[in-house]
Parts: sequence; structure tokens; C-alpha cells
Amino acid sequence: MGTSDRLERIRERANVTDRDADEPTVLAAVVLAISLLLLSPIAWVLLEASEMQAGRLIELVASETTTTVTVNTLILVVAVTALSVLIGVPLALLTVQTDLPFKRFWTVTAALPLVVPSYIGAFAFVSAFGPRGELADLLSPLGIQQIPTIYGLTGTALVLTLFTYPYVFLTTRASLISFDGTVVEAARSLNASRWDAFKRVTLPQILPGIAAGALLVALYTLSDFGTPAIMRYDVFTRMIFVEEQARNLDAAAVLSLLLLVLAMAILAVESRIGAGRDGAYVSSGDRRAGEIKLGYWKLPAMGFCALIAALCLALPIGILGLWLVRSADATQAGFVFELQHVTNSVTLAAAAAGLCVVVALPIAYLSARGDGTLSSLPERVSYVGYAVPGVVIGLSLIYLALRFVPFLYQSLFVLVFAYVVRFLPQAVGTTESSVLQVDPSYIEAARSLGYGPITSFRKVVLPLVAPGIAAGAALVFLTTMKELPATLMLRPIGFETIVTYIWLVRGAAYQGQAAVPALILVGVSGLSMLIILRQEG
Amino acid sequence: MAKQEPSQRISEFETIETAIEDPEETVLSIDGVSKEYGREKAVEELSLSVKEGELLTMLGPSGCGKTTTLRMIAGLEAPSSGTITIAGETVADGANGQFKKPEERDVGIVFQDYALFPHLTVAENIAFGLDELDDDETDARVAELLELVDLEAHDEKMPSQLSGGQQQRVALARSLAPEPDVLLLDEPFSNLDVRLRVEMREEVRRILKRAGVTAISVTHDQEEALSISDRVAIMNGGAIAQVGNPGAVFENPESRFVASFLGQASFLSARVTDRLETGLGSFGLERLNGPIEAYDGAMIDVLVRPDDLQAMPTSEPKADGYVVHRQYNGPNFIYRVELHSGDVVHCMHNHVETFEAGQPVEVDLVADHELAWYPTE
Repeated sequence: MGTSDRLERIRERANVTDRDADEPTVLAAVVLAISLLLLSPIAWVLLEASEMQAGRLIELVASETTTTVTVNTLILVVAVTALSVLIGVPLALLTVQTDLPFKRFWTVTAALPLVVPSYIGAFAFVSAFGPRGELADLLSPLGIQQIPTIYGLTGTALVLTLFTYPYVFLTTRASLISFDGTVVEAARSLNASRWDAFKRVTLPQILPGIAAGALLVALYTLSDFGTPAIMRYDVFTRMIFVEEQARNLDAAAVLSLLLLVLAMAILAVESRIGAGRDGAYVSSGDRRAGEIKLGYWKLPAMGFCALIAALCLALPIGILGLWLVRSADATQAGFVFELQHVTNSVTLAAAAAGLCVVVALPIAYLSARGDGTLSSLPERVSYVGYAVPGVVIGLSLIYLALRFVPFLYQSLFVLVFAYVVRFLPQAVGTTESSVLQVDPSYIEAARSLGYGPITSFRKVVLPLVAPGIAAGAALVFLTTMKELPATLMLRPIGFETIVTYIWLVRGAAYQGQAAVPALILVGVSGLSMLIILRQEG
Repeated sequence: MAKQEPSQRISEFETIETAIEDPEETVLSIDGVSKEYGREKAVEELSLSVKEGELLTMLGPSGCGKTTTLRMIAGLEAPSSGTITIAGETVADGANGQFKKPEERDVGIVFQDYALFPHLTVAENIAFGLDELDDDETDARVAELLELVDLEAHDEKMPSQLSGGQQQRVALARSLAPEPDVLLLDEPFSNLDVRLRVEMREEVRRILKRAGVTAISVTHDQEEALSISDRVAIMNGGAIAQVGNPGAVFENPESRFVASFLGQASFLSARVTDRLETGLGSFGLERLNGPIEAYDGAMIDVLVRPDDLQAMPTSEPKADGYVVHRQYNGPNFIYRVELHSGDVVHCMHNHVETFEAGQPVEVDLVADHELAWYPTE
């Protein structure tokens, strides 16, 4: 089939919707209503800021706190992103392009830190390197009383880097694998040195991959609440939480607005780089360039991989194990980890997953099968969850509920809605990609065999997209289980989950009690990682 | 391309038993149908009727409107104007907006990529449209169709376990199962490799004739259209340029477009006197097709295909022209010859007759049939 023929076909398919105009209209109306609901957290921030007097607004924006927080956040984002690139890219190169021994093993250990929720990592690092921590205990008999503090920028940047660099590692690795190795050979045959060839041929082509990972890291750093809070470093998320606890509504709103602006800026950069990705040549063939022989560098290279694995995996898991052993004999009254916490977490996560699936299906279907920009708009809107940090969603839903639906304030309904706003993109993503894999002519075939559009959808499309829907539901379930800030802010009083329990005992410094729930969360994250990998595989 | 003798070819199929009730009854009629996308006209004032049990192929280049026409018959598109009638019932009328949805029409479709439901077995795929039968009747009908398409042993397989040709036969069986009034085939052979394509043409024609179904197929492959169809409708620019049985259309194209679309056509310019004066010498007017008297003294273009001409190496004074290009097709060579008169013609030769480019040749008109011609524009 010629290209022009294919174009004709696509054009004709795009026009199929003409006749069925009434059905998509209903669908589009439902989806539009959902989109508006999803945008409500952002609406609140804007509403709150617009109701403020100009003088007060300027005073808040220009205040010393705001300036400090902005500078702190920017420094943190830049530091974490840069460090992640410095760790992630060499690891990707080592595991893809060299003769590093045990490559499979190092690939797994390099990707695995992503399964440790960063607040648990932070928790473990404080416990290891903080004042009266394991390291201090170890060193004090030797007469060393002072170790450099883990709190503040150093600790926050260190922990966030160690648990987010896998984003860069994975995206860089993916572009290295899809990249046509023969061009490196071509460059070498044109007398470029190995380093020259890397700089002039490899690097420009894997740059979009590196950038995509770096931007994920930046966005994560910007929105992370747990790590800076534990490490006592004043960034937007921590300050918004503090202001909310102090009931300084306007200050919290202004900080939220600034945080949103930063997130939008990062997303804008991301979409620009994403658009530039078309230019990068990705070969369909999987020819790899010959492996680089490490020679004497083998040992240092393995040492580097081992060091990262030790810091990111062995250390937190070791600390959790230590707590587990120690807590066995000393249980503090009032801080008992109960089955009820687990049941609460599971119930919430199941509700969020169920609702996300129901909402995601029409959005994904409209976006995959619709005829243009307008129909993919709701899908774009559903991505606000990626851009709006959990703290902002939590804060805005508290005040939206108080103002418009007071009877829902402090109800689980609002909390589940927060999860849906935050995690809907995951369900939409998996559902949409499975809808796209269903040939549109299946529906036409079913209709030509005598079934109406809805029956055709149920009999043909639904069974085929079911695995994608299930994967999306599982993903939402698992990410909801470990969500921290919104859960903390929106849960009804007295309602505790695994996550809020960890937060509680941390605050009370009974760390030992957190071992079991923390290990459960690491397990839960590990499972969600498996699902993501299976979807992509 | 091999010389066509379609009328003879079709007689090979006559022995196949058919189940046609009334071969004269019109099953499908399309009347003055147009389809516009914005300002672009995909189909313009198209009229066509198809008789019961007939296999008609719409043949044309990309974008000629053939697929759009097929989709309008199926109900996957609505005509902007004109009417479509299937088995005596008007299913679409552009004038009053009357429109029956695809599920309300008795039309079967074999999709280009087959569109077999990947989550259902072969038998379940075939049974998909049989919701009005009870279980036993469904099983019986499915068995009947499996036998028709010769896939009895594969009923429990999933579509992904079948070869391309088998998938196509399942698609045929699935669309034939509910006994449609009209069966539509959208580029039915384009997803098969060349060898299988020729085999499946015969097979599909056998199945369609045994089922006695009225079928309309769409293709841009002229060999396929000429070899499987009872009638061919050549389409161009959203309209039908010519419709007729394959032999008639090939031998006597009514327009220059049809002529140049079928086979590797060249045109030999000629002056009509009491004989025909061409760059190849002069010929008797009886070699032309149709009355020529009105064109006495005028210039005409005579349609010549590669098998109508024969080139012979000669020395320059006697030559009609010289070879400018050689195209090797395996069994034969097609030589492009530039005549001294300025015309460029093609000659087909056996694969052992090798001439080099630049060779002066004398070209003979060896056609043993009447030649089609067109007034010079």
C-alpha cells in the first residue's frame, strides 16, 4: 500500500465519526465535566490569589521567606538534576556499551533504587548518619563527637539524587539501546577517536533521552514533600505544609502558585525537548556498536556500581532490618502498628484504583479514537496530576471542600478524589496505549456483522483492552498505597494508614516501629515497578 | 505483463456450481452518489448497479474514490447526495438524510487487514455475527463455512496462529456467515505475498461463486481485477471511467485514461488517409477498431501494448528508431524504442533476445487483434 493510499485511508477513518456524531457528543460531554473537576485544584490556587489584595500579594511574593524558599528550591532542583545525570549516564553507558562483568546484575541494581519511596530513604539516611544515628554511635567510642550534619541541603540533595537518578539511568539506557551502533563505526572509520565519536555522534543522539530523564528528576524533586521535610530543608512543599498547619491560607496559596509556575516551566521545557526528539534518528534495527573494552578500568567501574548499590539499596534495607530486630523487644504504647492501618491503606487504594479506571476509560478512548485536538484535550488535562504536587492538591481540596461542599470536608471521598487527580495519568496512559493497539476496523467489522456501537465496544474492544486497564488499576493502587502529602493533609482525624503511621512514629522518634510498614511499602513499590516494566516490555 | 484473454479465462470457472436464484435481479444499485469532505470531492455523481451473484471489482489509482464508495455501501460513510439501494431497500439517501447504520444493513465486509478479533478462536470469529441462531444452528453454520473455506481442522486456533491466506479465508467465512446480500472486499489481496496472492485469487473466486454471493471488491492491482471479476469498473477522479467485462475493457478502452491505466500502453500517432500512416510504416484501416471514416485526413493516436510490437535489429538506413532502454522482467524483456517520428513505444521480447541501448531497430506491428485508437488531443 502506497503512502498516499494510507493517507487516504487515515483521512477516511478520521471521518467515520461524522455519522455517529450523537454518541461521541455524549461521551465528550461526560469527559469534559470530568476534566473540569480535575482542574479544580489549580482553579482554587488562582481563585485564592485573585481574591487577595494587590498589596498583600506583593508583600507575600517579595517576603524574605518566599525568596529563601524559591532560592532553596531552585538550588535543590539544579543540584539533584545535575547529580542524577552524573550518576545515571555513566551507569547507562557502562551497562550498555562496555564489557563490564555481570552487566545484567548491575543493570538491575542501578534501576532498583526507584522502588524505595524517597521519604523512607531519607528516614534511613537520618537514622544512619544523623545525630545519635548509627554512624555517630559507631564513631563516638573513637572520640569523634561531631560528624557533618545530614540535615539541610546536603542530605536532601543526596537522598533525592540516590533515589531518583534511575529515571536518568533508564531513559538514557533506552536511547542507547535503540541507537544504531553502525554510525559509531562509521565515525571511527572516518578517523574519529573513541572519545570523539562519543562526543560528536553518540552524545547528540542520546541527549533527548538524558534530558527526558533529567526533567522527570527535576519534576519529582520539585514536588517531593517527604524528603525535605525529614531533612529539614525549607523548600516550597515543606513551607506550604507548614503554612497550612499554621492556617496561613494566603501565604500557602501564593507559595502554591509559585510552585505551580515552576512545575509548568519544567513541563514546558519537557515538551519542547519532546518535540525535538523527532529530529533524533532512532534506528529500527538493533545493531550495536562493538563493546568498549574497559581493561584496567574494570575494577573501578564495578566499584562505582557497587558503591551506588550499597548507598541506595544495602543501606536503607540494612537500617530497616536493624529496626526490625531492635523493635522486636520494645514496643511503645500508643504506637502499635495494627492490621487496621493496612486495611485502611488497601481500602483507599482500591477505591482510588476503581474510580481511576472508570474515569480513565472514556478519556483514553476519546483521545485514542477521536478526530483531533479537541478530543485529546481531556487527556492532556488529566496530566495535571503530574504537574501539581500532592501538597498543592491536598491544600486546595481542603479549602475547596470547606467552601463549596462543607459536608464532605474531612471525608474519605475528598481524599480519594485527590488520589484520582494525582494518579489518573497512570491509568489513562496504560488504557490509551492498549486502546491504540486495537485496530479500529474491529469495531467496523462487528458493526457490519449486525451489532450496534455499544455492543460492538463491549464484545470486541473491552476484552482486548482489559489487560491495559488492569495494569493501570494496579499501578494506581500501588502508588496510592505510598502517597504521603495528600494523605497526611486530607485524612479524617483518627484515620491512619501505613504511610501516616510511619510519619507519626518518625515524628515521635520511635523509628523502630516503622520497620514493618516501611518494608511493606518498599515491597509495594517493587510490585508497581514490575508492572511498569511489563507494560513497556 | 502477460497477454490477456479474459473471456477464455472466465470460462474456466463456469463449471463451479453456484447458488444464484435469479441472475438478472439487481441487488445493489448506486444512483448519482457523491461524497464531499469539506471542499474536496472524493466521489462525484457515481452510478452503478450490480446483479445477483456477480463479482464486480472497482479498479483505480490511489485517491480515485473506490474505497470511499465501498465504505458508503457498507454504511461506514454517508453519501453527501444520491441514493444507495440494497436488495430493493434504500439504505442511504443524501437528499433526505435517510441512512441505515452498518449493523442494520445486510452487508458483509472483508477488511484489508482482515480485522479478525484476536481474542476469539476461528470458530468464535465465524460465529460472531450469528446471534439470531440457537447454539446447534450456529455450530452447524460454522461447520458449513469452515468446510467452504477448507479450514475444518483449524476451528479452535487463534487468528495469530494462522498464515495470511488462512486468516483471509476466516475473514471471508466470518462475513459470509450471516448470509449478507452484498459482500464487500477491501483490497483483499494486498496483505499477501506475491506467490500466495495468485493462489488466493482463484481460491476466493471459487468460494464466492460457491456461496453465490454478490460481491464488490476494490483494488489498485489491474491483474487482480482482470483475473477475478465478472465485471470491472475502472475509476478515476471519483467517477467511473468505464465498466464492462474484463476482456472488453482491456481490448477496447473507451478513453485514453483507461487505456493508459491497463497494461503498459504506448500511443502511436498516425495520419488517416485511405491507409494509416505511422512511424512504423503504413497499414490498412481494417486493423483499427470501430468506424474511422469521419476522421479522414486527421491525426489519431493508436493504442499499442508491448506484445503488439516486435523489434528487429537492423542497420541505420532501414531503422524505424533505436532502443533507448531495456527492462528485464525475468521471462521477457520490454524494450523502449524511440521512433524517428518522435513516438516512444514498448516492445516485448523473449528473455534470450538481448539488444543493447542505441541499437537501431525496425519495429513491426504484430498484433492479431483490432487496435483501439483515440483522436489526437
